[in-house]
Amino acid sequence: MIRVTVNGVTSEHAVEPRLLLTDFLRHHLGLTGTHVGCEQGVCGACTVILNGDSVRACLCLVVQADGGEIETVEGLGTVDNLNPLQKAFQEHHALQCGFCTPGMLMTGVDLLRKYPLATDAEIREGLSGNLCRCTGYVHVVQAIRSVVQAEKNGS
Amino acid sequence: MKPPAFEYLAATSLAQAVAALANDEAKIIAGGQSLVPMLNFRLLAPSLLVDITRIPGLDAIEEDGGGGLRIGALTRHHTLETSAMVQARFPVLSAAMKHVAHLAVRNRGTIGGSLCHADPAAELPGLALLLNAQLKTTQRTVAAADFFEGALSTALAGDEILTEIQLPALPPRTGWGFEEFARRSGDFALTAVGATVSLSDGEVAEARIVVIGADDTPLRASAAEVLLTDRSGIAAAAIAAQGQVSPNGDLHGSADYRRHLVGVLTRRALTAAWRRASGTGGEAP
Repeated sequence: MIRVTVNGVTSEHAVEPRLLLTDFLRHHLGLTGTHVGCEQGVCGACTVILNGDSVRACLCLVVQADGGEIETVEGLGTVDNLNPLQKAFQEHHALQCGFCTPGMLMTGVDLLRKYPLATDAEIREGLSGNLCRCTGYVHVVQAIRSVVQAEKNGS
Repeated sequence: MKPPAFEYLAATSLAQAVAALANDEAKIIAGGQSLVPMLNFRLLAPSLLVDITRIPGLDAIEEDGGGGLRIGALTRHHTLETSAMVQARFPVLSAAMKHVAHLAVRNRGTIGGSLCHADPAAELPGLALLLNAQLKTTQRTVAAADFFEGALSTALAGDEILTEIQLPALPPRTGWGFEEFARRSGDFALTAVGATVSLSDGEVAEARIVVIGADDTPLRASAAEVLLTDRSGIAAAAIAAQGQVSPNGDLHGSADYRRHLVGVLTRRALTAAWRRASGTGGEAP
């Protein structure tokens, strides 16, 4: 049995050791916001926060997350109450098809916590592990930049 | 794809993990950033995974009392990248860690895992060689120079676990350089070069140069190092380093291109190292 807290809700599950965190979130908890792209750690679509750090859910066995706290895109905000980064994505048109967006958001959350993101180059470097085939990244960078600015002005 | 089925043991002590590794088909898992992709591709099918991440005491970064550091094998790449102690004593290591994959992988991947996986294009094995690391295992202490035996191959026995990386203090007035070329940010290096230059009375007393990604293991460019201590200069050393490697070509870059990169990156890394050691922006020798 493993015990995990996902977006603040703790539950226990009997799982196979080989179950990936992606499939656990999607199939066992029905949290399909975490997307499965490449299943080899390249595309970043499955990025979630585990114990405060962004991780590739496809490169994490759920047994390794036993006892851990997980945040997924569903925990960021709701349609009626978007979190600031989600709102910035909406305002800056930082998504088109939306497949990469959960990974972009969860990566963005961790980048905003860990790095000053003083330059666009730093934001681009931070996003380099998240592939998007629609936007060309420009609007994603602008969205994150706007949150950095807003946090700076607010503090 | 999904991993094949295996048994799983979350070991709580080194003794328990070592005992479990008596099973020939057992594999150690730590951060899993190299192992899980191989499982997903079904390149590996271990019967048992021994998870060592819950063994306490293997992720500390401590001073060794002599100006060096002892770093636990379960330390994550991002911790190494941001540790104030590492930045103060081995800034080349902090700088190199920024080139390792992406934040989500650095958050999870352990430095012991990278060393034991021994990918020829990975940064950490090269840095261990550059910094003259001693690698402590459950059985012995091995010099980095004797640890890497080939691509994805090390001197570790099947039931031996790397526990600590010991980095001896660098000589006074040592500067460093680390230069990497990859096609995309976060990709494995086509080639990378790390260098340290130690000065004494304005002359190069010692130089160490390690080339990553140009052979089956990281390589000391010893022929080039000698040319710095005998005052032949950086340009000559870069040519010597280039002459010492025999990289393989693949679809990411031909052998000639990689050899060319070794020369260019060696020159840049040595120039940066010399400038840092001398504390001037002046003309490097």
